[in-house]
Amino acid sequence: MSAAAETTVLHAHTETLRNALLGLAGATALVSVVGALAFGLPGPAKEAPAAGIETPALVELKPQPFAYRPAGDFSQAGRPTNAALRTVSLDRPLAIMMHQVTVGEYQRCVTDGACPRVAADQRAPADQPMVGVSWRDANAYAAWLSAKLGTTWRLPTDEEWAFAAGSRWHDDVQPEGGVDPAQRWLARYTQESEREDVAQRAPLPVGSFGVNEKGVLDIAGNVWEWTESCFVRRDLAAADGTQTVNCGVRVVQGSHRTYVSDFVRDARAGGCAVGKPPSNLGFRLVRETPAWKRWPTMMARLLKGAVG
Amino acid sequence: MITRRNALMGAAMTALTFTTAARAEAPTKVMTPAAGGDLNLPREKVKLVTPPFVHPHEQATTKGPMIKEFTLVIEEKKVVIDEQGTTFQAMTFNGSMPAPMMVVHQGDYVELTLINPETNTMPHNIDFHAATGALGGGALTHVNPGEQVVLRFKADRTGTFVYHCAPEGMIPWHVVSGMSGTIMVLPREGLKTADGKALKYDKIYYVGEYDLYVPRDENGKYKDYDTPGEAYADTLEVMRGLVPTHVVFNGKVGALTGKNAMTAKVGETIMLVHSQANRDTRPHLIGGHGDYVWETGKFDNPPEKNLETWFIRGGSAGAALYTFKQPGIYAYVNHNLIEAAELGATAHFKVEGKWNDDLMKQVKPPQPIPPQVQGALRKGMIPG
Repeated sequence: MSAAAETTVLHAHTETLRNALLGLAGATALVSVVGALAFGLPGPAKEAPAAGIETPALVELKPQPFAYRPAGDFSQAGRPTNAALRTVSLDRPLAIMMHQVTVGEYQRCVTDGACPRVAADQRAPADQPMVGVSWRDANAYAAWLSAKLGTTWRLPTDEEWAFAAGSRWHDDVQPEGGVDPAQRWLARYTQESEREDVAQRAPLPVGSFGVNEKGVLDIAGNVWEWTESCFVRRDLAAADGTQTVNCGVRVVQGSHRTYVSDFVRDARAGGCAVGKPPSNLGFRLVRETPAWKRWPTMMARLLKGAVG
Repeated sequence: MITRRNALMGAAMTALTFTTAARAEAPTKVMTPAAGGDLNLPREKVKLVTPPFVHPHEQATTKGPMIKEFTLVIEEKKVVIDEQGTTFQAMTFNGSMPAPMMVVHQGDYVELTLINPETNTMPHNIDFHAATGALGGGALTHVNPGEQVVLRFKADRTGTFVYHCAPEGMIPWHVVSGMSGTIMVLPREGLKTADGKALKYDKIYYVGEYDLYVPRDENGKYKDYDTPGEAYADTLEVMRGLVPTHVVFNGKVGALTGKNAMTAKVGETIMLVHSQANRDTRPHLIGGHGDYVWETGKFDNPPEKNLETWFIRGGSAGAALYTFKQPGIYAYVNHNLIEAAELGATAHFKVEGKWNDDLMKQVKPPQPIPPQVQGALRKGMIPG
């Protein structure tokens, strides 16, 4: 969307507001609302009707080989084990949001009636990552944004997230336990205790956790991100590759990988269950690459396959 | 000696004039080692340690009664009580919540020096549930900032007993602000089963549970105060609603988890003393039991056996013995699970050792439901 179009929409919106406020002699209020809208000033997230929605800032990444360990619970003939760490490549370029969806952005979807209003601090500054959202909320936002922009937006898969995280991706290799399950629990507990973060838990403005080598902001900071990937349980010894896939639980990524039920908005109240919960649940989206943009990669793969 | 702070407080607390005058001699009294010299008994100075640990002690003793000397220094301080960084104006004995546990034997004399340094803002005292008379010692131990007092009482009955601060008009506030601990009076011959068999422990831990009442601002955020006095009015209002904002072990959420988790080995017997100075609670060891439990904490009553959950009455401390039989991570919780999981009342045990398949085994790991079972389920049958 061009800057001119954006201005036009804003202007029209201002007219509507003016009409609404006419009888209230709210001249001062009007100026401040317009100011906030025009300059995107951080401030309390106001319930402004969604005006023109701009395509969010994206980081576009070409496929490259990277180290990845699949998410889920893996066992080998009944014993817990790790999935193999492999070098993989995405099959298409990745266009991922440079920053996590903010309070201000999410509120526009709420105002449009397309996203659930969540209990998380409504007074949070508009330029902070939106937290306290469930996987379902994130998907409602993706659907709304897709409708607004006419392009397809969705949560990244765990693999895509790992690729975008680059050096900030954490391999969650688990200690191998052998026959005694308690040894694995103890080792894992110790590992998690080491990870105990004392970092600021309250969400911070966009950019507070810096940019990684790929140009992605705040990844693996204090806001964990929902992914599209479902929880998988698999016995690697099963010849037929049988696995249980539970899409009621999704992979959550951040400074550690974890699995959270899709309706949960705050995973902190982990309580008596052993394990470190994410501090905050937020998200960023990827823009689906249109098929016509994918074909060069597909062709290259096919050719490579034919040659190899 | 009239301190600057006392001079300032003078107008508000006329009753203090007498104590101020009398205090001139107080330091001399305290510094004389023979304080309480009317008793010709051997003395022992006990160095208290921060919970969940307990100072070294004999479980049974062949020695005769002694005077056990303890010192508690009152410290008012701001602490952080959860992972969100919520601050809390704590009042403490020796800086910890709970205060350190004292261990003596029946017939011993407890001689406590209670110090209220000038850096504090309020008068304090101490009420020992183990003591007899004078409101548990409360009436004889009022100390203003800049004062100290020495109290002696006879530990004439066995058991785990709560002690807490109890200044008139402000008792509950001081107690839910952190000022409570436990004294354990052991039988001289040690602990016993109902049929007289000796019971011993390899390790002892002390868990002090607190219900905390932190005021929130108009946006629902926890408020931060600079002094206990400033927090008083708002805190009292929350207290009167009887719904705590936090229920924690040892002063804060996570005080006994992660790196601070309690440890044990398979085959080790653990003594777990649990106090709650203000309201009822119900400890439970997830995946374990209470082999021998003195729910009320009083060792003259036979211990109950094989408990799943035990009840600690508000204003008391209970004791449980358990020998770990299986390695792994155990959660020790207040089995009001909302308080455990949502409000903080959870501790962990890391237990090393060898897994016992006879006690438990995962016969088949989780796997997809086989087709024939699926079929049975679809027909509404119970498979198997």
